[in-house]
Amino acid sequence: MLLNEMLLLGAVLFCIGVYGVLARRNGVLVLMSIELILNAVNINLIAFGAFHDTVMGQIFALFVITVAAAEVGIGLAIVLLLYRNRRSIDLDQVDLMKG
Amino acid sequence: MIAEHVAFGIIAAVMVASALRVVTTRDIMHAALYLVIVLAGVASLFLLVGAEFTGITQILIYIGAVIVLFLFGIMLTRSDFDQDEETDHKRKFPAILTALLLLAVMVGALVDRFEDVKLDANLPGGQTPQTTAQVSDELFSQYIVPFEAVSVLLLAALIGAIVIARREEGG
Repeated sequence: MLLNEMLLLGAVLFCIGVYGVLARRNGVLVLMSIELILNAVNINLIAFGAFHDTVMGQIFALFVITVAAAEVGIGLAIVLLLYRNRRSIDLDQVDLMKG
Repeated sequence: MIAEHVAFGIIAAVMVASALRVVTTRDIMHAALYLVIVLAGVASLFLLVGAEFTGITQILIYIGAVIVLFLFGIMLTRSDFDQDEETDHKRKFPAILTALLLLAVMVGALVDRFEDVKLDANLPGGQTPQTTAQVSDELFSQYIVPFEAVSVLLLAALIGAIVIARREEGG
């Protein structure tokens, strides 16, 4: 198997995630796109770990998974608070700090 | 060897198709379910290259816990009075342009640098599984401090999420 197969798949997933973050207005859908991005990064870490025959890639991927779980928890709590205050999770309406 | 290629091709095609549906579908619940397919594909790729512990952790944490969190988030924020609430921006063109430019740059760099590099080039006997014992040895010796730091981070995130999402009692 070629190293590039994994890396290119990671690149494609990353760009799909970036498109999702930019094009979506719903808070939950933006968080899902961020998950796509983090998984693309994990694919790269695992691919390079397997390439260099070291478990370092796996360990870093585990750290990314842990931080992603914490991020989803906080992110959904924020979205929930937003919904409770505004009755909507449309991110275009969240412009309280706009100058 | 050829079986590995075929397996990778099928998994990759399913993953890319599902990921595209995640960012384009109008039904939020469908997006969450397509996300499950992408996450399962990532887990099977990890198993394919011999990263067994991370693959199983991916299934446990992502498909087990994160997706449930997402489903709760969807249920608690779904506004039933207007079902056809807009999920996308009107003008998608800048987002598509940004994503495609980023993809072009990344694909160009990757093809230029790693054109024919084999994944198991460094190993004379082909791909060897990285066992859970190796991962734990490394994690609990060299990476014990980051491990503890991440534990504290998770605790802080848990408390933070409770504080943020809690209803204010009388004030």
